[in-house]
Amino acid sequence: MVTGLFNYWIVVILMMAGLYIVMSSGHLVKKIIGLNIFQTSVFIFFISMGKVSGGTAPILKDGISVFSNPLPHVLILTAIVVGVATTALGLAISVRIYEAYGTVEEDEISDMDKENRQRETSVSTVVLDKQ
Amino acid sequence: MIEQLPAIQLLLTLLAAPICSMLRNGDQSWRLATLVSWASVAVAGALLHQVWDGNEISYHMGGWPPPWGIEVVVDELTAIVLLLVTLFGALVMTALRESLSTIMRHQRQSLYYTSFLLCMASLIGITLTGDAFNVFVFLEISSLATYTLIARGRDRRALTAAFRYLIMGTIGATFILIAIGFMYMLTGTLNMADLAERLPEHRDSRVLHASFAFFTVGIALKIALFPLHYWLPNAYTYAPKATTAFLAATATKVSLYVMIRFVFDVYGVEFSFQQMQLGTLLVPLSLAGILIASLTAIFQSDAKRLLAWSSVAQLGYMSLGIGLLNLNGLTASITHMFNHAMMKAGLFLALATMIYRVQSSQLTSLAGIGRTMPLTTGAFTVLGIGLIGVPFTAGFISKWYLITGALDKGWLPVAVLLIASSLMAIVYIGKMIDVMYFKPAPEEFSNVREAPMSMLIPCWIFALLTLYFGLDTRITAGLAGRVAANLLGAS
Repeated sequence: MVTGLFNYWIVVILMMAGLYIVMSSGHLVKKIIGLNIFQTSVFIFFISMGKVSGGTAPILKDGISVFSNPLPHVLILTAIVVGVATTALGLAISVRIYEAYGTVEEDEISDMDKENRQRETSVSTVVLDKQ
Repeated sequence: MIEQLPAIQLLLTLLAAPICSMLRNGDQSWRLATLVSWASVAVAGALLHQVWDGNEISYHMGGWPPPWGIEVVVDELTAIVLLLVTLFGALVMTALRESLSTIMRHQRQSLYYTSFLLCMASLIGITLTGDAFNVFVFLEISSLATYTLIARGRDRRALTAAFRYLIMGTIGATFILIAIGFMYMLTGTLNMADLAERLPEHRDSRVLHASFAFFTVGIALKIALFPLHYWLPNAYTYAPKATTAFLAATATKVSLYVMIRFVFDVYGVEFSFQQMQLGTLLVPLSLAGILIASLTAIFQSDAKRLLAWSSVAQLGYMSLGIGLLNLNGLTASITHMFNHAMMKAGLFLALATMIYRVQSSQLTSLAGIGRTMPLTTGAFTVLGIGLIGVPFTAGFISKWYLITGALDKGWLPVAVLLIASSLMAIVYIGKMIDVMYFKPAPEEFSNVREAPMSMLIPCWIFALLTLYFGLDTRITAGLAGRVAANLLGAS
């Protein structure tokens, strides 16, 4: 049971670890790392699904009768590209956040935003009072 | 030529995007982008004409027959969503140049139009494709384009909003990928029509149940269904200018379309609603979303944030219609998908036009703007009345169907709650209109001029469409009724 489904157990463990990092960590870069682990687990899931035990690579050649299903593997190539793009964009946005706020800790950022909003609303109430 | 229309629909915007990025001149690339968007509208119109009255087009990409090749399927539901994306996208694109001119250097603008076109192309792709994995890929392209569009906002909070959306959006899309993986494991196919045929024999398999659960959570994140709406208010508030109008009109609606497609066509009505009890999940959550979001909207002091919360509430109407699972409810969902896209895009665009002059979305800065910018405020008022659901506007039609749907089920309390939420809409829209017309303008804004024509005309087109679709419901409710009957009958 455990050995037969070894890949899938790994998938589940990685998936939970990744999601946990995304939720628990306040550091934006660590969040992206967590997101990556989470995505990778899904890649492994797809790759394990296409593997046929004892099968070779799907090449059209005499003597090859058992081969793995190439389709999930190709799908995952696309998904990896998407994952890389997401990571790159996420990191780029974190750099910009660091430039704008001077920190990449979520708590500090939300504190700054809160102050910002209080200032905005207090300004607007002052204006309303004048009227 | 005619039979190639589905491919042309996708390729127009997809090919124009890289060309736009290579043009250094912002004006030139705006002209190209606008031209291409309007050409897409024409193609979408032609497709709608072809499938009118229940025809269906099946187009084989590259000439490979399904289920091996990728199939593009256009039916009436697809065509109306295509029209929604292209028409409202093109209208926003027309107004975008003037709107961007104040926040972005000329050379940078072409990259912005590129992201905009990519977003549009991928939304078209999601709508067109008949292949489950394609849905995931296009969903991710559209999300990536959306993150860049939002992150370009002038306030630094736009960055955090984009980052938050990136995290949530990626988790949502990956959940959908897992769901598709499970389906592939069971059936060995990715073609949606093929899946629909093969899934029923696995209806008691735990794998399929897991797949359905992952899909529901993933797509609910993308639709911003209450209580997974956490990313939406900030993203809409800080996205730059007219972009919000495009996002509010299209992104969540296309996700809703994906949900309808999968739940009704791929998983099947019987499996989704009887075995998995999706309705029991959707109805209370939608109702809670409608009431809580409407109530939150009332207390906002920022006009953009107010409209964003109102969007969360309105999305609740659409998911409620699906949860009702009867003809009128589903008709309401599909009609409201179109009508709300139109009204909310118009409202955000009119607001962007005002912000273009006063440079702030705080309600206090918008005080008295009805006297300095009467035409823009006029359009805003018409659209706002539409959103409330006053008779002879588009909003009335969808709410009428929704309440009828609730009454058909004999759910009187639901109908009462819907009317209560309409009253809340009167409060929050009324609050904005009151500020705009009856409060004295702050001194520094007492002599702002009316907006330029290129922004004003799209606003009024939205306003007039709202009135038009309040009277002529053949394209909206008429079509939605046929589609709904079809979806429910397929069980």
